[in-house]
Amino acid sequence: MILDYVGVKEINGSLIVLDDVEGASFEEMVDIRLENGSLRHGRIVQIEGKRVVVQVFEGTKSISLDNTRTRLKCRPMELALSPEILGRVFSGAGEPIDGFGDVYPVKRANVNGTPMNPVSRIYPRNYINTGISTIDTLMTLIRGQKLPIFSGSGMKHNELAVQIVRQAKISDTEDNNFCVVFAAMGVKNDVADYFKRSFDESGVLSRVVMFLNLANDPIIERTLTPRCALTAAEYLAFECNKHVLVIMTDMTSYAEALREFSSSKGEIPGRKGFPGYLYSDLASLYERAGMIKGSKGSVTQIPILTMPNDDITHPVPDLTGYITEGQIVLDRGLEGQGFYPPVSVLPSLSRLMKDGIGEGYTRSDHQALANQLFAAYARVQDARSLASVIGEEELSPVDKKYIQFGKLFEQHFVNQGFSENRTVEQSIDLGWKLLSTLPRTELDRVDDALLDEHYIDDPDQITFDSFDSHEKDGSAEDED
Amino acid sequence: METNDVIFGINGPVVTVRNTRSFSMMEMVYVGESRLVGEIIGINDQFTTVQVYEETTGLKPGDPIYGTGGPMNVLLGPGIIDNIFDGIERPLKAIEEQSGSFISRGATVSSLDLGRYWNVRIKVKPGDVLEGGMIYATCPETPIIEHRFMVPPALRGTVTKTEPNGKYRLEDVIVTIKDDKGVEHGLTLCQRWPIRQARPNKRRLPTDIPLITGQRVMDTMFPIAKGGTAAIPGGFGTGKTMNQHQLAKWCDADIIIYVGCGERGNEMSQVLDEFSELVDPKSGRPMTDRTVLIANTSNMPVAAREASIYTGLTLAEYYRDMGYHCAIMADSTSRWAEALREISGRLEEMPAEEGFPAYLPSRLSEFYERAGRVDTLSGSEGSVTIIGAVSPQGSDFSEPVTQNTKRFTRVFWALDKSLAYARHYPAINWMDSYSEYFTDLDPWFKENLGEDFIRYRNKVTALLHEESALMEIVKLIGSDVLPDEQKLVIETAKAIRVGFLQQNAFHPDDTFVPLEKQKLMMKAILHLYNKSKHIIAAAIPISSIISLGLFERLAKMKYDIPNDKPEMFDELIKEMDTALATLTI
Repeated sequence: MILDYVGVKEINGSLIVLDDVEGASFEEMVDIRLENGSLRHGRIVQIEGKRVVVQVFEGTKSISLDNTRTRLKCRPMELALSPEILGRVFSGAGEPIDGFGDVYPVKRANVNGTPMNPVSRIYPRNYINTGISTIDTLMTLIRGQKLPIFSGSGMKHNELAVQIVRQAKISDTEDNNFCVVFAAMGVKNDVADYFKRSFDESGVLSRVVMFLNLANDPIIERTLTPRCALTAAEYLAFECNKHVLVIMTDMTSYAEALREFSSSKGEIPGRKGFPGYLYSDLASLYERAGMIKGSKGSVTQIPILTMPNDDITHPVPDLTGYITEGQIVLDRGLEGQGFYPPVSVLPSLSRLMKDGIGEGYTRSDHQALANQLFAAYARVQDARSLASVIGEEELSPVDKKYIQFGKLFEQHFVNQGFSENRTVEQSIDLGWKLLSTLPRTELDRVDDALLDEHYIDDPDQITFDSFDSHEKDGSAEDED
Repeated sequence: METNDVIFGINGPVVTVRNTRSFSMMEMVYVGESRLVGEIIGINDQFTTVQVYEETTGLKPGDPIYGTGGPMNVLLGPGIIDNIFDGIERPLKAIEEQSGSFISRGATVSSLDLGRYWNVRIKVKPGDVLEGGMIYATCPETPIIEHRFMVPPALRGTVTKTEPNGKYRLEDVIVTIKDDKGVEHGLTLCQRWPIRQARPNKRRLPTDIPLITGQRVMDTMFPIAKGGTAAIPGGFGTGKTMNQHQLAKWCDADIIIYVGCGERGNEMSQVLDEFSELVDPKSGRPMTDRTVLIANTSNMPVAAREASIYTGLTLAEYYRDMGYHCAIMADSTSRWAEALREISGRLEEMPAEEGFPAYLPSRLSEFYERAGRVDTLSGSEGSVTIIGAVSPQGSDFSEPVTQNTKRFTRVFWALDKSLAYARHYPAINWMDSYSEYFTDLDPWFKENLGEDFIRYRNKVTALLHEESALMEIVKLIGSDVLPDEQKLVIETAKAIRVGFLQQNAFHPDDTFVPLEKQKLMMKAILHLYNKSKHIIAAAIPISSIISLGLFERLAKMKYDIPNDKPEMFDELIKEMDTALATLTI
């Protein structure tokens, strides 16, 4: 028997309360039809006997206490899936919005997903070549990893994501096995357009599934967007055996939507007003990356988040960092100096890197080089802070070498063209060349055998091509 | 199973039942038709509150709730080691067989394999009087762990009947005893124990034996005792998990319980992968032969995350009672505290600091106090060491979980972001960390490694502190202006940092370093320091000492000198003497 419930008991933010409801089940979907004929969707978020709290995805605007008829749909939020979703555009709640009509479902899946059994996971080991020196050498992206980009407003995170999508190569798979799921949460129209255009230009659009919840779309839908996207990604990866790269931007908007929703439910807030379950909630998204036994596909996530006020200790980047397997941190200082991509090397990290590089994957000297580059660049920061107090002139000769190394490192290693695709070999060799500008005795993270092989003793052999216009403005400082 | 109790309200993992008197506090219940596991966490005359360990999607008011009559408990018996469980002791491999790669709800699998036969040797005969905790039989559980079957602690009586040695299944009765009241009890290969209750022991022993980890900064600078407690706090990327893995691999406990509490799934699969490949140096067997994994990853239900810590602890205590030294790695206790906060919020309890419930400190202390070295009821000695990782929000050590953990643990290995950024691992900050076990453990170190060890350690610590004070000056005016003597301190401290404190977990020799080598490394560094001090006193500039390249030698001695060749340190010292002698001629 299908019952319509007329009217609501209470309206609060995006929540409505119904009374005398029979047989409602937790997280069940409901349809709400307004008197003017428009249809809204909702989900049951709390039940107390016959009193039921429903979250309305499209918002409660123009709902009054008695102009609605509500119907329970007897099933949880599900997404229609089929291989045909590639190339399609959906709303944040998983409804097609590209005008090509509904997806004919091969299968329907609950958007919340179910946790992957840890014993069924395959430990990710194969690296993805992004063609970007800093990422490939120092924070290697591994297939099945979740590696977020921590950025700030106005920085070039979108460009970086696009460059990764364009250049990402998975060595041992055929090209058509690769696809992208793009989830936009609260992003500006222009940004969504930029991504669409860039995907089109690089010829991957037919292999992209887009879920768009733009900045002016309802926030409740926003809390569903990543779930829909990941459900689609899991389907493509584990049932269609594709390698899926999921780009989710902007996670901060997502978390803020969650906060808005939580406070309208009257929940006790945690840090900065975010709900206490923010960690679990974010984890339920990020943990959906990985590979499982018995399937050839993989889900790799690159969530993008803007750190409010560039503060890495803000709850969203902070909790994200605890869940994801590393992070790529962008730095406003580098961006200001015109370096692209402005990757701040020291706080960036890839946790899965150590098992996916070296002999058999990239090159046997990769790990040692990375360690030494990190250590040397950390020394550069010390030398710089000293120089800012006593002046560069007063530094010891070794510290001066470090200052110079720092400059070269940023100009030639960090800095790279938007369309420049470097091989891992090139990046590693470049790293050795940079290290060779330091005295050999300073390289204490590398053993002698490797130094014998890679350290360039003759300073004349260490030359750097100037890569782009930034260098050519006459500020090219080569060897002194 | 019959029940009159039905669900009234549902809010996330919290379910309420109205007007019932059939449940007791902390009782384990099954919720709904699919029988999700839950626990009673609140009772008043109107409502009974249940926390459900699985996703509650699809539950309805009116669905039944079944009581079990007892508190949340785990099944204890052979088959625990080399297994991987979720937070409420459900074997994940069996769940995989049942429901595939994704965990479905209401999985009903037995914690341990009931059909497997174990090769049991009976240790008692009719007429023997058995007290609670005494051993009545044994069986080999893995090639290196002997499982000892113990009388449940509350039971005592006289043996009336025993079965012959042979192969038995978990629920077969192998020994029958009659208690004082004349009631007969059949003892099987397994027993149950409530997870939130500590298993009893005869008495606590002093914590005066170190847990040797092979990690220099831990063993030498901030040692932990067997039966001790330690906290590893650190922001993300500082290497908490890495340190926990190193400890799980190399520390000299007999049994390792690794609790992945609200952490990454890929990390658990890494542990599974790595531990089955790694060979335990002591036994020559794979690490998995002494390891139990409890994996409640961050996307698995939050209530089970709260329970996972206790499940791990109960398993550890069970093996402790058999006379083993157990170490439990809890990664991370902050996730557990957050689970407490989440549940507390759903119960609309009054929050204390940062939304955490007011009972956070008492829960933490209850947890850490279950560690200890004890005389067990069976008359042997065992211990449970707890090493808990803490993930402070925003890397801020003043947050409630870190602060309260600090009060109840005795070793504090503070991980430092700037060290981690410079890839100095383990990133344990030597200024902020501490160990309260020095006085307990020093007699052991004195006896086993000689007075020198302690003297070296104190000197190394003093040098590091001196360096830290000097660096304040260097930061302001540069190192050039310092007198040579102080420059020597800085140079030596650098050798200590790079050569001694920093340790390479991926290097075959350096990943585990025996105490003897740790001592000799300190000796070599201090030898160079003392010699140089004399040379500087003779007005020879420090630059000429540095140019000899001896400090670089010290930085690389961890790689140059293999663990099993301590005699090479004599050569190193001789070599340094010869080099230095060229200056004084």
